[in-house]
Amino acid sequence: MSIQRMKKRKNWLLGALAIILALIIWQIVAAYIIRYPFILPAPTDVASAFSALVRNGTLMLDLQASLIHFAIGLSLALIVGIPLGIAMGWNRKFDAFIDPLIEILRPIPPLAWIPFAIIWFGLTAWSAGFVIFVGAVFPIVINTYSGFRGVPRVFVEAGKMLGCIKSRDLIRYIAFPAALPSVATGIRIGTGIGWMCLVAAELFGVSNYGVGQKLWWYYNIHQMDAVVVYMIILGLLGLGFDLIFRYYIDEHILKWRTGEVA
Amino acid sequence: MGNLEIQDLNQSFPRDDGSQLVVLEHLSFDVLDKEFVCILGSSGCGKTTLLRLIAGLDEAREGSIVLDGEKMTGPSPKVGFVFQEYSLFPWRNVIDNIAFGLEMKGIPKEERYRTAERYLDLVNLSQFRTSYPSELSGGMRQRIAVARALALDPVLLLMDEPFGALDAQTRNMLQKELLDIWDKTKKTIIFITHSVDEAVFLADRIIVLTPRPGRICQIFAVELKRPRDRTSGEFAQVRRQVLDLIGQHCSIQ
Repeated sequence: MSIQRMKKRKNWLLGALAIILALIIWQIVAAYIIRYPFILPAPTDVASAFSALVRNGTLMLDLQASLIHFAIGLSLALIVGIPLGIAMGWNRKFDAFIDPLIEILRPIPPLAWIPFAIIWFGLTAWSAGFVIFVGAVFPIVINTYSGFRGVPRVFVEAGKMLGCIKSRDLIRYIAFPAALPSVATGIRIGTGIGWMCLVAAELFGVSNYGVGQKLWWYYNIHQMDAVVVYMIILGLLGLGFDLIFRYYIDEHILKWRTGEVA
Repeated sequence: MGNLEIQDLNQSFPRDDGSQLVVLEHLSFDVLDKEFVCILGSSGCGKTTLLRLIAGLDEAREGSIVLDGEKMTGPSPKVGFVFQEYSLFPWRNVIDNIAFGLEMKGIPKEERYRTAERYLDLVNLSQFRTSYPSELSGGMRQRIAVARALALDPVLLLMDEPFGALDAQTRNMLQKELLDIWDKTKKTIIFITHSVDEAVFLADRIIVLTPRPGRICQIFAVELKRPRDRTSGEFAQVRRQVLDLIGQHCSIQ
């Protein structure tokens, strides 16, 4: 165990080294080769832009607005996507009924929905949420569906022999827990895609705040160091969501999978 | 009680070309209360099909299955099943696997754990109470599966080659343990196997099936006293009788 931990720490140090190296190279290239902050602001420029942004205080409001958009989109995607995936995975008739429709809608890029999002929901948080919803919902549906399709028959039959007979109980006690790894993968992919849709969803001006909205705004006033600050914030938040999955879901809710090939 | 009467069971499945694949034909036999019956036959003779029909997991095309005067029409809490594959729920730990059936019955947590613990004791795995199935060996998983099936206190326990995937040593040990459990719990057991050795060691009676379509070839009473010694001369003799029988009458001609 302790050897493993030491190895982990070594790997962590290696990763940190790569980031530091990248920062140094970036600084050298920006400050001594390009020497034009509009094209490539140096890390030091970005750092001072960051502290200025923190001091004048819109950063928190931007984060708040973006997280509200994202929460709306992701919640809708979960509320619609998981039940839909379950119904498709459990009931072949329903699958045959709804699958062609989903396959037609699925390839439409989420951003292509922006005009209708504005017409339907106006310039509100809901229209940004809708675009994020469109991005996140399909991976959730598809992975929930394939998770349910992959539930081994023997689990369902063992459940039946132990008095778990009704469809509702079989879904709740057998199929859903068995499909949970796949459902979690769907949520994770959906979260990632939804996050990518955030910037575009905020571009069309649903609010005066938002990480994506500010990114574009600072570009328009040619403050590229602030643009980089918002890019980094977007990256770090996305990473944060993913870490929640990796360390919380995988190690707590899906703890039973350790030792299986996964 | 655990009296099972099987009357003129027929089962067939449609094939792609439209004809019928006959799997079981005119199968009739009785199993008495507290009896240990082994069903012996080669691969593909319909042993598993038969057991699934008794369990109510599939429906027979013709014939009837009556348990204690009651016609079986679907899975029943009076019948326990131990599957050939590993069937423990990997997301539940050992004690919650055993308690699953009790949970479905709506028994309160404390009481169902108490019951589950008793069956965990019965298979001698108390120290693995909170382990997950992925942490257990194949033999342990099947023992927990036995405990899980017994926790609902069924009158009839169906076992579909439960030790088929295990090594010989583990297998022998689990056979002994199963007989102990049978002795303590007094269930009627129907046990499917393709191993003559296993059948002779375990069974009161051996029902030998013919290869496809499955028909009863012979019903063989094993008169050996328990505990049986599989290295003894008598044991070898019974084994030879069963093997001869299979060779003469019950194999593909």
